[in-house]
This record gives sequence, C-alpha cells and structure tokens, in this order.
Amino acid sequence: MREFGYRRADDVTGAVALLDADPGARYLGGGTNLVDLMKTGVERPARLVDIRRLPLDGIELTDDGGLRIGATVTNSDLAAHPEVRRRCPALSQAVLAGASGQLRNMATVGGNLLQRTRCGYFADVTKPCNKREPGSGCPAIEGEHRNHAILGASEHCVAVHPSDMAVALSAFDAVVSYQTADGPGELPLADLYLPVSDTPHRETALPRGALITAVTLPAAPVAARSRYRKVRERASYAFAIGSVAAALEVHDGVVRDVRLAFGAVASRPWRAHAAERALVGSPADAEHFAAAADAELAAARPLPDNAYKVTLMRNLVVAVLTDLAQEAAR
Amino acid sequence: MTTTPLRPATAAGAVGTAHPRVEGLEKVTGAARYAAEFPLPGLAHGWLVVSRVARGRIRSVETGPVLAMPGVLAVLHHGNAPRLRTDYERQFGAHDQTAAVFQHDRVPHAGWPVALVVAETPEQAREAAESLTVTYEEEPHDIALTADRPEARTVDDYLPGVTEKGDLEAELAASAAVVDAEYTTPEEHHAMMEPHAATARWEDGRLDLLDSNQGTTWVQSELAGLFALDPADIRVRSEHIGGGFGSKGLRAHQVAAAMAARVLDRPVRVVLTRRQMFSLTGHRSPTVQRVRLGADAGGRLRALEHRTLNHTSTVHEFLELASIPGRVLYDADAHRTASELVPLDVPSPTWMRAPGEAPGSFALESALDELAEKLGIDPIELRLRNDPERGPVSGLPFAGRNLAACFREGARRFGWAGRDPRPGVRREGRWLLGTGTAAASFGAGAGPSTASLTAEPDGTFTVRIAAADIGTGARTALTLVAADALEVTPDRVRVRIGDSAFGPAMIAGGSTGTRSWSWAVMAAARELRERLAAAPDIPADGLTVRADTTEALGTLSQKERHSFGAQFAEVAVDPATGEVRVRRMLGIFAAGRIVNPLTARSQLVGGMTWGLSMALHEEAVRDPAFGGLYGGDLAGYHIASHADVPAIEADWVDDPDPEDPVGIKGIGEIGIVGAAAAVANAVWHATGVRHRHLPIRPDRVIAAGAVDA
Amino acid sequence: MHPSTSSTVTLNINGEKHQLSLDHRTTLLDALRERLDLTGTKKGCDQGQCGACTVLVDGRRTLACLQLAVAAEDQEITTIEGMARGGELHPVQQAFLELDGLQCGYCTPGQICSAVAVLEEHAAGWPSAATEDVRPEHGPPELTDEEIRERMSGNLCRCGAYVSIVRAVARAAAQQDESAKEEAA
Repeated sequence: MREFGYRRADDVTGAVALLDADPGARYLGGGTNLVDLMKTGVERPARLVDIRRLPLDGIELTDDGGLRIGATVTNSDLAAHPEVRRRCPALSQAVLAGASGQLRNMATVGGNLLQRTRCGYFADVTKPCNKREPGSGCPAIEGEHRNHAILGASEHCVAVHPSDMAVALSAFDAVVSYQTADGPGELPLADLYLPVSDTPHRETALPRGALITAVTLPAAPVAARSRYRKVRERASYAFAIGSVAAALEVHDGVVRDVRLAFGAVASRPWRAHAAERALVGSPADAEHFAAAADAELAAARPLPDNAYKVTLMRNLVVAVLTDLAQEAAR
Repeated sequence: MTTTPLRPATAAGAVGTAHPRVEGLEKVTGAARYAAEFPLPGLAHGWLVVSRVARGRIRSVETGPVLAMPGVLAVLHHGNAPRLRTDYERQFGAHDQTAAVFQHDRVPHAGWPVALVVAETPEQAREAAESLTVTYEEEPHDIALTADRPEARTVDDYLPGVTEKGDLEAELAASAAVVDAEYTTPEEHHAMMEPHAATARWEDGRLDLLDSNQGTTWVQSELAGLFALDPADIRVRSEHIGGGFGSKGLRAHQVAAAMAARVLDRPVRVVLTRRQMFSLTGHRSPTVQRVRLGADAGGRLRALEHRTLNHTSTVHEFLELASIPGRVLYDADAHRTASELVPLDVPSPTWMRAPGEAPGSFALESALDELAEKLGIDPIELRLRNDPERGPVSGLPFAGRNLAACFREGARRFGWAGRDPRPGVRREGRWLLGTGTAAASFGAGAGPSTASLTAEPDGTFTVRIAAADIGTGARTALTLVAADALEVTPDRVRVRIGDSAFGPAMIAGGSTGTRSWSWAVMAAARELRERLAAAPDIPADGLTVRADTTEALGTLSQKERHSFGAQFAEVAVDPATGEVRVRRMLGIFAAGRIVNPLTARSQLVGGMTWGLSMALHEEAVRDPAFGGLYGGDLAGYHIASHADVPAIEADWVDDPDPEDPVGIKGIGEIGIVGAAAAVANAVWHATGVRHRHLPIRPDRVIAAGAVDA
Repeated sequence: MHPSTSSTVTLNINGEKHQLSLDHRTTLLDALRERLDLTGTKKGCDQGQCGACTVLVDGRRTLACLQLAVAAEDQEITTIEGMARGGELHPVQQAFLELDGLQCGYCTPGQICSAVAVLEEHAAGWPSAATEDVRPEHGPPELTDEEIRERMSGNLCRCGAYVSIVRAVARAAAQQDESAKEEAA
C-alpha cells in the first residue's frame, strides 16, 4: 500500500472540492472494499477524502411515499429501518444477505453501489485484467469463470457486480443523486452502470469527482410484497452465484404488476424487463413464471463452466414468484 | 526412566471428568499471546516477496529502488542470502526445499519465496515488498493432475505405498455385485486462523525464536540442520498456537526471519499474509482415486482395490496415502491398495488433518455405500458383515476394534432403524431429505518424549514438556493426567509447554501428541512419587525428575492400533438451486480413553465440521494458465461458516488401550474421517444421484439433478 | 504539493485516550497490535474475510483490519481487553469459557466481540438473513440457534468450535433476558 494523504470532509461541498482539486484522490466511505483493494494494490490513491461522517446518514419518506436513503447510511441501518422493511422487504433482505454483520455496520449505501467486482483476476495485480489494466486481456474467459457473467458481458470482460443491495434497488427503479463541483445531478440506477463493451474499466456514468449523496426509491405498492433470494456456495458470508429480487401483484390469478432483477449474472444488477413484460397479464403459475424467465435468459451467453447459472436463474425465478403468488393468495 | 507399562490410572480421578481449558481465561480475555504478539525493542518487520511465475529462473532482483524507500533496512534474495545446509537428517518426512529460502535462482511454483524485504514498520515493509521488481526467465509449467499421468510412481513413506494379495480380476469376475468408480477430491488448505509468524533474534551466536508451531524441538532440530548449529544453541518457543492441522512445521518465514535477524543483528518478525499462506504452508493434494469392490450376494467382499494419485512439488516428495483406509477397515480375498504421486509445478503438499484417511475414506466409504445399494443390503449391515478380526494386510490382531459397537450405538441414537433405503423419496417443501453413514479409522501411535516434573516446596507441581497445544486441549489433558498420577487435584499442577528448552518431545500431529506426552508425564510422576516416598523433604528449589519414553515405547507389542468411528449425517438438498444443507451429524467413536470429555467432544465435533466443510465447500482452484491459485484467500477458499454447521453430536464407546499407561488412542483426526462420505451418501439418499467429486457444489447438484425432479 | 502521509491521532480505546503519530496506512488493527500492545484483537486474514479482528466501534461490531486508524479518531473503541468489567468476565466470555466455545483461541476474541454485538443488535429488533419475514409487523425475531448462526457467520472458526460457540451465545442471551426481567420486576 502506497503512502497517502487523508482529509476528513466537513460537508458535501468541501468533499467535492477536495476531490476536484486532486486527480489522485478517492472518497473513503466504509472502506470495506477500498481499503482491501489498497492492500492488494488494485487501488493506489494519493489521497483519501473521508466522507463517512458527512450528514448523509438519514432515511426519509418522500412526499409520494417513496424512500430517500442517504449515501452514508450503513447497510445495517438500511436493513433494520422499519420503513424499509415495511415498504420494500426485498431491499432489507438483500442487504442482510450480503457480507457479515461487521461489514454491514461499516459499509455505506453509496459505497455498496460503487464496489468493484470480486473477480479473482481483477483482485490479483500479477494477472492480466481489462478492467484493472485496459488492453491486458481477460483470463477468465479461458480460465476460471464459474461465477462470471452470463448476461451483458463482452469478449473483454465477464466479471459480475457483487452487490446484493443494488439488485433490489434496481428492481424498484431507484434513482441515484450525486454532487459534483458543478452542482447536483441525478441518474436512474438503470443508467448508473455502463455497458461492458470494450471499456470494462469504465464502470459508471457518474461524472468525475461525483459524490453519491442519496438513493431514492420511488413509491411502488408492489414492493411491499417483495422478496430477495440468494444462492451461494456456503450458507452465509459469501457472494452470490445467483440471486433474484422480485415483487408480484396478482388479481384473480393474473399478474398485474411484477418486478424482477437478477444478481451475480452480469456486470451490473440485471433488471429482467423481458421477463416482466412476458408476465404482466399472464396467469400467475409456475409454467408462465418459467416462460418469463426463459424470455429473459434467451439473451444469456454462458461460458462452459457457468452454464448452470441459466438453469439456476430460471429455477430461482419460478421458486421466488411461486412463493410470492402463494403469499398473495393467502 | 521406566521400562514397564505403568498401571492404568483409575477412573475416579481428574481424567475422564469435564474440565474447562486451563488457558481458557487467557484466551477469552485476549491475554494469551501468539507468535506475532510479543513486543521487542528494536524489532524490524520482514515481508516476503513471492514468485508470480509458476516455473523458471529469477533473472534479476532490482533491490536499488527499494533500498532507497523510507525505513527499508535490507532485501534478502538468492544473490546475497546466507547459505544454508540442506543435507541434514530430518526427524519427520522428506526434505521440503521450500523452507530453505533464497539458495538458488530456480522457481519451482507460483508463490515461491524469492525475497524478503525488511523495514522499520510493517507498512513500510509491505509497500517496499510490493514495489520490488523481480524479473524471470519463464518456462512452461505443468500442473494438470489426471489419472493417466505416465510419470506416476509410488514411494514408501512411513507405510508402504502399495500392498496387495490375491487375484483381483478373478475375484471381481466371480462377484455377484461390482462397484468400479472414480472419485476425486480437490486441493484443500489448512487455513488455520492464525497466520504463520515468527520473531527471530540472535544473541552471542544463539538463536531465539518466538514461533507458532506444532513442535518446538522439531523446529529447533530443523533450524539446527539448516544453520549448521548445535540444537542447544537454538531456543524455540511456541506457547499459544492458533491452529496447525499439520501445516505448522518448518516453513519459509522462520528461516527468513532467522536469516534477516542475523544479517541485521536485530530482532526480525516475519508474518505470512493470508494469500502467501496458500502457497507456502503446505496443503492437501488433490486426489484422483479409483475404487473397485466385488462382493458375493451376501455382501462378503471378494475384491477390494483402492488406487490413489496425488500431486507433489518438484522440491518435495509427498505421498498422500489415501489408499490406506482399506488396509484397516475391510478384508477381501483379493486386496490391493496403492498410492502414487506425480511431481508437478505446484507448491509442496503436506500432512493435513487425517492425511490419507480423510480423502481416502471419502472414496472408499462412498464405494461401500454404492455396493450396499447394488446388493440391497443396509449400509451398516454391509460393514458389519465385513468387520475383520485381524489386520487385512498385516494379519496382526487389533488392539481393540470397537467399530461394530460404534455403529450399533450410532444407529440407535441417530434413529437409523426403519430407514427407507430408497433414494429421492423424502420431500419437505423445496428440500429433498436423506441420511447417510460411513465408517472411520485412524492409526493410534506414540512418539518418544521427555518430560520433567518438579515438586515445588509450596505443595504444587510443575510439568515441563515441549508439547504443543494447537487447540486440542493438550495442556489441560496433561494437567489432568499429571494430577491423577500424582494423586492431587488439578489446581495443584501447572503444565508448561511449547519451549524447546524442556527437551525433546513428540510433535502435535497424527493424533499422537497427547498420548505421547501423557506417557512421559506418567513416567515422570511415577519416578517423582518414588523419590518423594524415599525422601519426603523438598529442597527450596524443588525436586525435579526427568523421564524419557523412548525405551518404553520400544516394548509395545506389535498390533493394529487404531481409533474407529461411525459417522452419520442428514442432509437437505434443493435440486432447483443446488443448495445442500447438513441438518444434523452424529459421530460415535472408539478412540481410547477420553481424558477430558469437554475438550475431546469439541475436538471430535471440530473434525466432523471439517468433514462437512470438505464435503460441501472446500476447494482451492489452481489456474491452468498461470499455475497459481484463483482466489487464494478466505473469500475464495470457503471453509464452513457458522450458518453451515448444524447441531453436531460426538460421543464415544468405552475403548481404553490396555497397553497405554492412560489408555489413550488419540482423537485429533478420527472426527473428519468418513464424515465427508457420510454427507455425500446422504446426498445420494436425498436425490438418488451419486456425487463422486468433492466439493458437492451447487453447480454440480444442479447439473446432476435428482431422480424425482 | 504532496499531502502529508501521517497524522497525530487520538484513539479512544476501552475508555482510555491514546495519542499516536500514525502513518495513514495503519489500520486500526495494526495500531492496536503494533503500537498499543493490545494484541487481543487478532489478525486472521487482514482482508475482511474472517472476522478475527472484530472490535466494537461506538458499540457496533467492526472489522479493525479494514478500518483505517486515522478514520476512527474520536470514536469509542472496545476491544476484547475491555470486555470484562471490574474484574468480572462479560457473560459471553464466561459462557465461552465454561461451554468450551473455543479451541485454538485465535478467533475467540473476535467471536466474543461479535457475540456481544449480536445480543445488542437482537435487542434492538434487527432482523437477519435467517429471519423468516423482515416486515416490522411480524415483530422482532426470536434468537433461535439458526438466528445466532446466521448472525455469527462473519466470524470464521477453523477448529470447528461453532457448535459450542452457538451454545455459549444462546446461554449468554438467556442470561441477559433473565437479568432484563429481573430489572423490570
């Protein structure tokens, strides 16, 4: 780890100004990902601007009944918040499914969105990686890729985004607010993550120096009946190999509204629009849930060792939607 | 000194009674200091630099820029490091060159130690080590372990690599049912929680090492060989050890620390990073195994063949004796067990908890289950019908073989009776349920040890023995053994361990530690009581006696000495997501006299937890393109977490060894043996599909499906 | 201009203030172990992957290996050395000792710090991934063995002491409930 300067920011304007002034500076939130990457040499900032104590740690109800979540709210506080649990249980469940109690106490909402992939090649500076070192190659495609992307990847990178929280947020059309030296801005979460294409090192559409200040979840009654299911290679304290955030509204056996997003299948949380379109207006049964999953997964381009994810995601969609349909019927 | 077996201790004393760990208070308050936790004036910090290439030669080590960095004191590498001797006699196993650091420019595997950077602070050392440029002449590497390697060969280890009798092909041909299957286990790592760490300092030509190891006199003798010193000029201390499991012997960090401390003439500490541990501290080799079983219609085995292959490095010859369970568990008219190795461009493997038996029992005990299925015989009944009276290979009598008692007691407690043998027929929501069982055995041995025992003037007693408590509870067990031998309460006995100054003693390994050390403590206690009976007055500096068990061990009769066990597991499998959850496990063991039921239960349950972890989680993925590990850390190498581990019960049947002064056999390994097979057999019972490759990962379960799905 | 790469920092540990000149790279874990001789907090992986370095920061369990010391200024840090009060073990420590919730002891301080926080988090009504329904109208989850296991999963134990650890945490929780009832009565 190289030596670095450290400043604790007093307010958002000051934080943004500090970063603007120093191209080698990075924001430090909970540090759970950044400090690790600094130890492994993946990140080598010259200065850290500590934003952890900025007054961005509130969760408020918006006028329309949505939720506005401050960027420095910890994962723990987000998951435990009664309004989050009431209005969007899938978000609470997603956060609780991630990392460990200790890490959730440290990690912030803003940092969670911007965490880097856990691809083993990315994390190892002795290996090629187009995301870390553009043009050096992607060894995962011919090498170890059991937990890599099946959707939206490219020949340049097949890494997956590791966040659970972002999967739930993406299912409910979250909007990211940020601040730069030029003023505030907003981005739908759907547009936050850039397509992989031939620039896997360019991960988000945030302007340089932008500080995420909040994430807003618009009101969505369907979110009150939502669920997050995560499959991993041990029962806890592990990243997903596949996950689903889902919400379902059924009337007279017919799907009225549905939200579906997948985790651990792409470089970003994967909103399953095709599946949603296929489902609205169709019977709420396993056969149609499976057909909807197939509609989404038709675009999957698995590698030899991660083809199981196609089956896994299909089965997960059926299982989670079936559970939600049964719950709605009760 | 004693040459005759001592009277077994009575059951009425401390031995056999639950006793919290004597060092427990220190451990729950954070007061117990481990190897890297002793402050020393003038301490410098060493950081190893390891090879990124998997094979080749070091062309250059660019020390200049790094030596100019703040706080950097030295960079040791093959071009400037002190020379070491490597031709010395070793106490255990073949020489592993990995510890003889910086002696040549060859790189035999990825993660090989190429330099040590020493600096004033750990932060400076780390940055300098990461900044050190090393260039290599890279050569193509070969890491592929496959069943058809032509270079595969056997070697004789502490046991022969191959045993055989009878005509296999003829017996197989005459069998009513035959199983012929290949099983594999992956590369597995010890992953103890405390990283290897050592602090070295030299004074007047004498080396003082604060270390974390499984045998202080063992490491002392290794260092004496390497540095061409009289062992008396080396003191190795290792009071608390944060887990070992076979990995904590002589490793690169101790040698590097000793070298640097000598060169700089100040104390140097070297702590391995978690990632370095994955290439420098040994591992369990992956295995490719083939089992062929043939039986008559009644289940009697006519043929048993177990062939195993493991990798080793090009700098250390290590044979994983995975074929040995069948040498103890089952006889057959034709019987062949053979373990082979193939040297590849990989780090050196070593002993890991139940070496041989852990991977071997997975294959053999899975195959037994497959045979039971084919024959339509209950898996326990099949094992009972093949319970031999004498060693299948040696022909020697058993020093106690209570496997049948374990199965009977286990079946009763687990609720095995009335089990529906059909697979894939029990469903509970999304889960398919199944139960499985397996047999376990592990050799019971003892090694020569010395101990001293002092009667203090205040009426207390002090035992000094170079034992190692790697979490086994050995310190507490020895306290109880000494208390009974002296006929005093345990609070009057103080046991000091982990110091080579106490004299030669067996290592904590192979389930032999507590047995070996207790023997020496018993002998010393007997001697002391005789002395005190003759002259009851204790001098001001106490009365000290010494004991050495070398001669007594030589008089042991030739027998098959083993611990045995019956493993049971119940699992739930979701074939849609591939998730497997173990719901409960039960192990019943015949493992000699149990000294401390509280800590013994912990150790047995710990072993079974390893078996669960081995069955479902553990796998180090070696990357063919680069030769190193993909994800060589604790996020990439999964060991079971709290959430994976259900209620696990371990208990035992009465099984004292009459030829051991205390009756001990050893319990360190037996808990893991067979446990993975019991889980895998339960997965078959749940799903109807055999999983012959560990770990049983979600992707494998999804691909395999289930009979009713 | 190059920013300064070290700072003078006041750390508040177990109720005591310590002023240190710290390289910014120093983690809270290394500050405790290498600078303050508080070696009860263990370094298992130094990467946030094992939980051995768990301490409480402002009452919340935190991984000291990923916490830069300079960023922990003015926060109340409690380590394993600060768990026992007035010469009396914390009930969690006592339960670990008596029920053998440890073997090699290296993960133990982290397990204990984590368990102390688990009891607090549960008392505050926090759900976990093991909670069947997280919606607040379902009330706080009962602290079953399954809940304890999930909540403790960030603390790896290689000796395999999990079964006894869970038993110890359950006993400490039951004791806490008892004394809460006594206080209420």
